[in-house]
Amino acid sequence: MTGNPACRKFRLLVQADHDGELGVAEAAELAVHLQGCADCRAVQRQLADLSARLRSEVPRYEAPAVLRAALQAQLALASGPAQGTVVPFRAKPWREFGLAAAAAMALAASVVLWLPPAPGMDDADEIVASHIRALQPGHLTDVISTDQHTVKPWFDGRIDYAPPVRDFAAAGFPLVGGRLDYIVGRPAAALVYMRDKHVIDLYVWPHTGNAAPTVHTANGYNVVGWAGGGMRFQAVSDLNPAELRQFGDLWRTASP
Amino acid sequence: MAEAADAAAFARIALPHLDAAYNLARWLVRDPVLADDVVQDAMLRGLTYVRSFRGDNPRAWLLQIVRTSAYARLGARRDAAEVPLDPEPASEIIDEAADPEAAYLRGERHAALDQALAALPAELREIIVLRELEDMSYRDIARVLGLPLGTVMSRLWRARRALRLPVEETAR
Repeated sequence: MTGNPACRKFRLLVQADHDGELGVAEAAELAVHLQGCADCRAVQRQLADLSARLRSEVPRYEAPAVLRAALQAQLALASGPAQGTVVPFRAKPWREFGLAAAAAMALAASVVLWLPPAPGMDDADEIVASHIRALQPGHLTDVISTDQHTVKPWFDGRIDYAPPVRDFAAAGFPLVGGRLDYIVGRPAAALVYMRDKHVIDLYVWPHTGNAAPTVHTANGYNVVGWAGGGMRFQAVSDLNPAELRQFGDLWRTASP
Repeated sequence: MAEAADAAAFARIALPHLDAAYNLARWLVRDPVLADDVVQDAMLRGLTYVRSFRGDNPRAWLLQIVRTSAYARLGARRDAAEVPLDPEPASEIIDEAADPEAAYLRGERHAALDQALAALPAELREIIVLRELEDMSYRDIARVLGLPLGTVMSRLWRARRALRLPVEETAR
């Protein structure tokens, strides 16, 4: 940033000073030089300008919420299942496994058990397992849209019933998409919502009868389930139970 | 179970620095989907090597792993070990602006600073990301990049010089 060869030895000192990395003795030497050198003062200004611009104009990317949720879920699983809870877990075949990756995955798989749900058992555990599987990057949504009129028709022809689709963005639960999933061996519509940085999956499938909301907790995830209007609903998330219940209440009061 | 304890320890070390990990991955591979994969790789690698973590500076430790994972992915792409679904992102992996200084001397103006940064060679790009976006000290940058301090300083200077927009005299 300067053409004066005599200043070459000072350029890294000017930079270190700019970066807050200069020792006391060097700082004193630099201060004397700067007083008499317009070129080095110009370098100093350019460094300040460049840093200010980089820090204001260039994005510092944040980890996507879905990636964060997936990693949290994977590490929670690898840390061991919650006491008294058996989590069905089927690892996705990941692409391009290195040896280290395979070893770590084997480690993660070794601390969880695959057991089919017992007959008559509430499907909350399977709902949680399905939710965790879906949190793998790229598997959360088959159709990405915040528009219920895009998400609802997407299920036409993919599933033999028409799930109700609603957006609660105004209440802080925006719809972000949907996908086809399988719950207890049958296809089920999964609607995906966000609450702040938490992912909520809402599974919807046909069901006769009504059921008041119930709350389950499995492996750190909360599940709120209810039935009505010919459908069974199960909402699952790592969101706290109170807010997840609020989400369920929005749905139930909005349903005809 | 020791392995479960490792995972819990790793979660405490790594999750607070997930944004830093993603940011470095994203700037190194310049593709959001590939950046996801890189962070996933780094988490698995980190989980495997968590016992080598000595308790100081978790962010530098994690970013060192992210960097290794990013270059492994880029290398895999370059070697055509993976056939890209879309040829467009793969072509971006190769540093098209191999000589930003020459471009500068020709008097070309960068459209925007983030594009100028994206166009830098990876070794210059990563040091700007660590210093300016992650606000890391020279010592931590030296650790992430595996370089002596003096090289960190001279490379950072080169990177900044390459980014500088044509404002004043062009003498070198």
